[in-house]
Amino acid sequence: MSHDALSLIWFGLLGVLLIGYTILDGFDLGVGILHPIAKTDEHRRMMMNSIGPLWDGNEVWLVTFGGALFAAFPPAYATVFSGFYVAFMLLLFALIFRAVSLEFRSKVVHGGWRRVWDGGFFGSSLLAAALIGITGGNLMLGLPMDEHLVVEQSLTGQLSPYPLMVGALTVLLFSMHGAIFLYLKTEGDLQQQVERWIWRAFGLFLVVYVLTTMFTLVKVPRAVQNFEEHPWLWVVPVLNVLAIANIPRAMFKRRPAYAFASSCATIAALAFLFAAAMFPDLVPSTRDPAWNLTIFNARSSEKTLGIMLVVAIVGMPFVLAYTAVIYWVFRGKVTLDHASY
Amino acid sequence: MDVEALSRLQFAGTIMFHYLFPPLTIGLGLVMVVIEGAWLRTRDESWKHAARFWTRVFALNFALGVATGIVMEFEFGTNWAAYSRFVGDVFGSALAAEGIFAFFLESGFLAVLVFGWDRVGPRMHFASTLMVFLGSCFSAVWIVVANSWQQTPAGYHVVESVVHGVPSFRAEITDFWAMVFNPSSVSRLLHTLIGGLILGAFFTCSVSAYYLLRRRHERFARRCFTIGVIIAACSSVLALVTGHEQASKLAVTQPAKLAAFEGHFETGPAGLYLMGWPDAESGRVRYGLAIPGGLSFLVHWDFHAPVTGLHEFPESDRPGVWLPFQSYHLMVGLGTAFLALTLGTLPLLRAGRVFRMRWLLWLYVFAVLGAFAANQAGWVAAETGRQPWVVYPSVQNGVEIPGLRTSDGLSESVRAGQVLWSIVMFGAIYALLFAVWVFVLNSKIQHGPDERASEPGSDRPDVRGILASAAGRVGHVGSMTEAHGEASRAGGGA
Repeated sequence: MSHDALSLIWFGLLGVLLIGYTILDGFDLGVGILHPIAKTDEHRRMMMNSIGPLWDGNEVWLVTFGGALFAAFPPAYATVFSGFYVAFMLLLFALIFRAVSLEFRSKVVHGGWRRVWDGGFFGSSLLAAALIGITGGNLMLGLPMDEHLVVEQSLTGQLSPYPLMVGALTVLLFSMHGAIFLYLKTEGDLQQQVERWIWRAFGLFLVVYVLTTMFTLVKVPRAVQNFEEHPWLWVVPVLNVLAIANIPRAMFKRRPAYAFASSCATIAALAFLFAAAMFPDLVPSTRDPAWNLTIFNARSSEKTLGIMLVVAIVGMPFVLAYTAVIYWVFRGKVTLDHASY
Repeated sequence: MDVEALSRLQFAGTIMFHYLFPPLTIGLGLVMVVIEGAWLRTRDESWKHAARFWTRVFALNFALGVATGIVMEFEFGTNWAAYSRFVGDVFGSALAAEGIFAFFLESGFLAVLVFGWDRVGPRMHFASTLMVFLGSCFSAVWIVVANSWQQTPAGYHVVESVVHGVPSFRAEITDFWAMVFNPSSVSRLLHTLIGGLILGAFFTCSVSAYYLLRRRHERFARRCFTIGVIIAACSSVLALVTGHEQASKLAVTQPAKLAAFEGHFETGPAGLYLMGWPDAESGRVRYGLAIPGGLSFLVHWDFHAPVTGLHEFPESDRPGVWLPFQSYHLMVGLGTAFLALTLGTLPLLRAGRVFRMRWLLWLYVFAVLGAFAANQAGWVAAETGRQPWVVYPSVQNGVEIPGLRTSDGLSESVRAGQVLWSIVMFGAIYALLFAVWVFVLNSKIQHGPDERASEPGSDRPDVRGILASAAGRVGHVGSMTEAHGEASRAGGGA
């Protein structure tokens, strides 16, 4: 297989990992963002326990994504991770703090204690979701990268309007996704409340989705360049719109599983559109397009990409089987017992 | 402090915290295999309860290992961007292999291990335990291979690549198997794994000795203590053998590192220090107590053979001496103490004499701290002794290949203030995580193994029980720290 083909395959596999991560961790971050809306302690515990056994397996996808980027496109990994130093450190802290909050919250029955960890769980989930979106937004815009592949940009420089809007879109998308997941995992009183959250989250998401789409077309003209060369790509935004439209339809028809599938499809389509807009760049430079890091100038050697592909082909079935088993074991509605969070 | 010092401090701190967990899971893995093997042979239910107890402890430590491991992966890019560009191609295949095979294999079978007690038969369960143990050893393989490659690189060449007209250098793989079996990887891997076995064994002994002293779960504790002491004794002997093997290889592959370990400044016959206070400025070891010619003997089987001293190397290529010397001697000293302690305990196991020696049991309660320290000290010595290189220079097919200095591996865009800030944040958040670990570990140990015989019919699949308990489990930092059986019984680990 040629070096170029291997580079394309690895770009595709990174896309698959990104989609897997955003779909899976998306709903558990979303549950965290919705957490403070629940009024009673019991409801909050139900929400935490709905993601209890799943969330850290979901984060493994992020680890795998990072590792694959490091291995397949080392300069892109190095530039992005060092360029987003503060943002990524915050992301790490959010992910760890979230784990600690989940663990500590229900250990002590005391209002103040629980409020502190509730705040921690909410804040870290919100921060993680927002940072993922903000990173994506900045990559869409491009980074002020020089010819030495170095990005000198402060966190405040990365909080410009467009990335913030993508961050907001991500937060709302994950909230809606998380709410639909909760609807599947709960019953009775809480489920009725969750249904109202779905509608609200959907409404807000729709507004920000339309705004972000317009903003992208104005602000990031290269986002549609690949679409002009490959018109078949237009299938994806069309499917995306259909998936979004199907969410209220499915909820209205009391088919929550379809709604969840649709929100998964929405996330997958948005992640795909992000990849299609970037291609073949991994890190566009705003200072000179000639300095862009692409999948062709940032790739590992042909030998390394080949070895990794063999490893991935052998290993991927295990990964999928593992994920499937865990979700099968934990299917069904959440109930609380003495051993819960 | 400058960016380099701060980034090294941050990496050292975060990886040392991470490294509390992986060796423990490796060691506990073997303990679980032995105990579950005993259950499979005897079908004695109390072995099963013992296996379940250690599975719960294992799962907690595994989850924390995962949570703290994410940080390491990020830091390569955030703090060491130039290094990542240089090594990415070589690391790539090792990292991919680790991610896919070891990590997912281990997690996958861990799910069976923790949730599958009533869903799969004893044989299948034992096979899963074995796979989890092998998986945790396997994940050590790839990271130690990658680290060993940096110490004694092989199977690569350095290529000049020009991106945007700017030339840069990076290592590219030429021979995968030569990279994997580089000169130091096998002996370092064995030594690392054995260090894990020692830690797991001492951890088992510590918990068991605590129960014996408190007169709780005594049957369980006697059995586990015996297993722990036997594993610890065997591993301590093996640690000595592999440690010696490694040190004598150093004389060839990384002579500056060996010289730093022993505070050996001038080339010539070298003594073997038992302790001392090396002073790089004056080039001697103060208050030293040494076996004259001891190092020469260990390396060359000759008390008078010359060993390369630090002053052979230009000053810019010398590692610091104090920290490698002290951490190396701490490791060796502790290893020797483990050997004496465990070999001394073996005869006392007969007729259970050891179980009446309360002072010795107290010693075992705390000896696990020494095992943690020895594992940490070994890595501190390994990593400080190879400075100033992050990738050692080497000779491949007669061609000298330059190394990469640690100071040249930094991220160009990261400032000291940013790193200082993140170190403070890591300090705070790891203190919390440490509290979680101690809290949950303590609650598991206080809860202890279930000693009641299982209720009739509990061996058949109980779907409702699994769902109910699964959904409402105490989810710990990881997802799988509670066996469902515990949750479905009264008074789970919460």
